[in-house]
Amino acid sequence: MRSRQDSDFSTPRRESARTVTLEIDGRPVAVPEGTSVIRAAAEAGINIPKLCATDSLEPFGSCRLCLVEIEGQKGYPASCTTPVRDGLKVRTESPALARLRRGVMELYISDHPLDCLTCPANGNCELQDMAGAVGLREVRYRAGANHLHAEKDTSNPYFTFDPSKCIVCSRCVRACEEVQGTYALTIDGRGFSSVVSPGQKQSFAASECVSCGACVQACPTATLMENSVIELGQPEHSVVTTCGYCGVGCSFRAEMKGDLVARMAPNPNGQANHGHSCVKGRFAWGYATHPDRVMRPMIRKSIDQPWNEVSWDEAIAYAASEFKRIQQKYGRGSIGAITSSRCTNEETFLVQKLVRAVFGNNNVDTCARVCHSPTGYGLKTAFGTSATTQDFDSVMQADVMMVIGANVTEGHPVFAAQMKRRLRQGARLIVIDPRVTEIVRLPHVAASYHLQLKPGTNVALINAIAHVIVTEDLIDEKFVAERCDPREFETWKRFIADERNSPEAAEKITGVAAEQIRGAARMYANAPNGAIYYGLGVTEHSQGSTMVLGIANLAMITGNIGRLGVGVNPLRGQNNVQGACDMGSFPHEFSGYRHISDPVVRATFDAAWGVQVDPEPGLRIPNMFDAALDGSFMGLYVQGEDVAQSEPNGKHVTAALQAMECIVVQDLFMNETAQYAHVFLPGSSFLEKNGTFTNSERRISMVRKVTAPIAGKEDWEITCELATALGYPMKYRHPSEIMDEIARLTPTFSGVSYAKLERLGSVQWPCNDKAPAGTPVMHIGEFVRGKGKLSITEYVPTEERTNSQFPLILTTGRILTQYNVGTQTRRTANASMHAEDRLEIHPADAELRGIRDGDMVAVAARRGETRLRASITERVQPGVVYTTFHHPESHTNDLMSEHSDWATNCPEYKVTAVQVKALAASEQARAAAGG
Amino acid sequence: MDIEHLVMMANDIGAYFAGYPSHDEAVVAIEHHLRHFWEPRMRRDLIEYAARGGAGLKPLVREAIDLMARQTGPEAEDRND
Repeated sequence: MRSRQDSDFSTPRRESARTVTLEIDGRPVAVPEGTSVIRAAAEAGINIPKLCATDSLEPFGSCRLCLVEIEGQKGYPASCTTPVRDGLKVRTESPALARLRRGVMELYISDHPLDCLTCPANGNCELQDMAGAVGLREVRYRAGANHLHAEKDTSNPYFTFDPSKCIVCSRCVRACEEVQGTYALTIDGRGFSSVVSPGQKQSFAASECVSCGACVQACPTATLMENSVIELGQPEHSVVTTCGYCGVGCSFRAEMKGDLVARMAPNPNGQANHGHSCVKGRFAWGYATHPDRVMRPMIRKSIDQPWNEVSWDEAIAYAASEFKRIQQKYGRGSIGAITSSRCTNEETFLVQKLVRAVFGNNNVDTCARVCHSPTGYGLKTAFGTSATTQDFDSVMQADVMMVIGANVTEGHPVFAAQMKRRLRQGARLIVIDPRVTEIVRLPHVAASYHLQLKPGTNVALINAIAHVIVTEDLIDEKFVAERCDPREFETWKRFIADERNSPEAAEKITGVAAEQIRGAARMYANAPNGAIYYGLGVTEHSQGSTMVLGIANLAMITGNIGRLGVGVNPLRGQNNVQGACDMGSFPHEFSGYRHISDPVVRATFDAAWGVQVDPEPGLRIPNMFDAALDGSFMGLYVQGEDVAQSEPNGKHVTAALQAMECIVVQDLFMNETAQYAHVFLPGSSFLEKNGTFTNSERRISMVRKVTAPIAGKEDWEITCELATALGYPMKYRHPSEIMDEIARLTPTFSGVSYAKLERLGSVQWPCNDKAPAGTPVMHIGEFVRGKGKLSITEYVPTEERTNSQFPLILTTGRILTQYNVGTQTRRTANASMHAEDRLEIHPADAELRGIRDGDMVAVAARRGETRLRASITERVQPGVVYTTFHHPESHTNDLMSEHSDWATNCPEYKVTAVQVKALAASEQARAAAGG
Repeated sequence: MDIEHLVMMANDIGAYFAGYPSHDEAVVAIEHHLRHFWEPRMRRDLIEYAARGGAGLKPLVREAIDLMARQTGPEAEDRND
């Protein structure tokens, strides 16, 4: 149920250039054409009673409460399904209307348990409100057939379905269809027998329900209710904040009971999510108070000793003294830090400042490099800026969407729901993915083309698509002439037109039929608006940057840049991947993607920080590990990241961690990396801090403290204290002061302030004098770099090859209910929804190896071996196996190679040559038990 | 630093820029990339390795490293002081 504090205009807002003027209760009202009468009334401050209407759903006209009188019209039309007309005279209250509404309510209440005092919705129930609004005083109907004893469905761990309280308004069913696009709910039966049913009379857990919470949010009674509210009662205050999970950056209202979160309700005014949510953001926040949270700082002299709990002062002083000792012994470049894509912009900015201003080097890197650094490199090279070109809402103008290497419904579910809405409106879809991801075929959504390529052959495929566009004269010549560098375009055109880039040549490499490639290329090039969305299936390759350049080439030659409905849109995995990159977490760049070798830029930082920043690039994470094994890198400060689990080639990583003399881990939980740490500093969750996150669409949103930090300090405070202990006082009183410094030092953030974010809700950078309210669409009229650069994108096969010993390609991805390495989601009821990582294998490959569905199997790669349970499925093609990486016991990353993107060292997670073997029965049992 | 890894990464960079239409542009681009993205001790190790024969380095990458060595000078910019 929506919060009472959210205004509900009953039906969705309509866009129209034409304004209609009507009269409601004698008041003139002007609204866009297409608006409903009930919405026009609501906008004029007149609330017509209603139950089935809500402004997140199309009008339905079933509850018969919103009846009105219209002058000159017979009967009592439902105001939700009646559009406004010029000159309409509407009356919302009359004795006749009151009588009708009371009669309707009387019928509803006659089949409703009158347990308001003990109902979890008491005080926040639309049915209760409407009974009051229509003046219902008695129910005349005697007891008869009813639904009062219908059994509750408690199969979902997060909410309860109590059909005895259902008024069959269909808001939940419509929310599942219209908002989420899953179609898991239906109305089963007819007339008095009508009941809401998940699937074919299944339980919620057994149905196709994805636990997004849209039905719960839409329910006007206590029929669908969060278990946390059932347990705690109705919340009494709330704080608007931003989700700490994926890069969609949903706005939520943290609804509180004292200092306990009673529920996280999606914010209808959230500019990224418009009131929608997914199972993680909506429900999986319990990790924040999980007993596993580390509450006290700890130190130990060596990793074979037990931890000792110490005071904050002692822990900080010890970390500082160790870093000083290491630098004295091994040199200035012997220590560094890793920032986190889960922390705020302010916290990330401070860590890179600590490295540059206090450590005196540029040895700072981020987990954002591990997943999306090719985006930064590729888009900056092509367009001059390292980020998406569009906002999410732009997808509603797209005619053709090309989704490359992104499992949108599982990785970015709330944006995927919007994408599906546009597809249901008629937009066409091209999916490029080795696997049959969910978006390929869904209720009312089907890809026109699914180019199911072999992992590692992206570049050959994108080149072939470009080849078709060039050789079939589908180029947007005007755009190219006006917007792109002519010399580079001519060079590129000669390269791409070569026969080696033809679809026929690509077919041999990619396994995708040439005609399919040609068809997809024509569809994209001929679209009035063609938009490309991509994910880690593009970046996590040895040619990740080349592929991003290839995507940029495609958008430029078809003129699909610089307006709504087009663009190149990287979808970021963790909540603040974009922000971590923006804040200067890379060893070669300051905030705002300015190279550290630029003396003019460097001088601004030198002056602001009172130091001389090193003009040379620092070490990236894998370089840090190499240097550790080399003996020249001995100290590491890791904020909110678990490199031991997330970095590839796990044995190499742990050897490097063991070689270091001081590792400081700052995190919520005792993670895998902490096994090698000497200092543990307890971090704070997103519910315990102030700051900002920047989502996939460059949208900067406020993160607000809803409860005090459990361990005592916000993460930014810890970094300040470490810097101060190292002799460089950092004395910020509030993260707003850090943002002010970011704004002073970063041209694309110069107009950003907490006051503005409070006023506007969020802004998309660049936000400066030229764009004081931010920039939803970039590169309008001109690229940031001036002329767009078309780059040569020669296909270079990865060195990770299959052979007779390792004949299969393992590729990896995500699942909806888990997040990244599972640190948070495994500590919630989501664990029951995806209890283990599974290996997907094609039936042909399974049969060849004697593997049955559900068997534990051995997965061997050149660098290691692990055991996983097999799922036999045609979602993967023969020769390809797939798994997720959400559970540490899977050791998926131990299998990965040392290969990485040539430009950025983004690891090649998506291509690993493996062999899969069945286990003997005795081994099966041992492996299943974790042995 | 693990020279085999450095050689592999340098060759990967070279493999991309080998697609450039002009040999000289490719050499300059590789050198530029190494200078802008690699930490000095990595560049130093690579230069020293190339000076010792540079086994396994692709010819184009060798040229870029030679160019970098000439531009860097003999001090090999050790910033790990």
